Amino acid sequence: MNRAAAALLSGTVFGLGLAVSGMVNPAKVLAFLDIAGRWDPSLALVMAGALAVAFVGFRLVLRRRAPLFAGRFELPSAREIDARLLGGAALFGIGWGLVGFCPGPAIASLAFAWKEPLIFLAAMLAGAWLYRASARARPPATSAASPGA
Amino acid sequence: METFTPVSALLGGILIGLASTLLLWLNGRIAGISGIAGGLLSPAPGEVAWRALFLIGLVLGAGAYGVLRPVTVAIDAPLPLLIAGGLLVGFGTQLGKGCTSGHGVCGIARLSPRSMIATLVFMISAGVTVYVVRHVVGVQP
Repeated sequence: MNRAAAALLSGTVFGLGLAVSGMVNPAKVLAFLDIAGRWDPSLALVMAGALAVAFVGFRLVLRRRAPLFAGRFELPSAREIDARLLGGAALFGIGWGLVGFCPGPAIASLAFAWKEPLIFLAAMLAGAWLYRASARARPPATSAASPGA
Repeated sequence: METFTPVSALLGGILIGLASTLLLWLNGRIAGISGIAGGLLSPAPGEVAWRALFLIGLVLGAGAYGVLRPVTVAIDAPLPLLIAGGLLVGFGTQLGKGCTSGHGVCGIARLSPRSMIATLVFMISAGVTVYVVRHVVGVQP
């Protein structure tokens, strides 16, 4: 195996999980988010199952010096809980609540539908591009350079 | 009408956790789909193939299950909401540097305070959004 095949394998298992869990179905996701309505707690169990495995799996994996097909682990290094994190999460949540799609399920759903997922994904790409373009135009965050940091 | 499906939910979640562990073990990467997809927008050298293959895998894996069992994908959102929702998800996940997989699964699995807070915020935000749409504005599926 190599890095490319590993990515395909991981993605396939992930997609399988999304389909098995029902997360590719926006109606099911929205039913979880609709606490005041006919509440379907399934997503909570999806998260629980995923976290239980990932928590143990990550601890075991990160004991290693390096991954199998790459030189090092690429882990997020950011630590600050700042406006970008909170604002980004809030905006993402609104979008998710409006449709019932988040990035993974939206892509995986292409296995079953094409019109609505493609519209959503095109808009998602546009939104992502908009952020990155605006971030490039803005001066970078000065957290490393600010005095007393 | 949606029904509680505890067994398939748990099983699916386990597969998601397994996939995330696989990607970390094999390639040293975090299985955060917004990050994987976002990295395709202005990719560094050597960053295209694995990302594209992972995303293709998402579709293949889901499709494979669809061969075994009927899979429902019920999308009620009309065009304006699809577009607004997509824009917000795209923008928000880049700004917040993560989504349900990146923060909600991988981040929390690493006990990252950032991810725990982000997950709390987007869960609440999504819940409030659904509440307003369904119970205040009154748009029921």
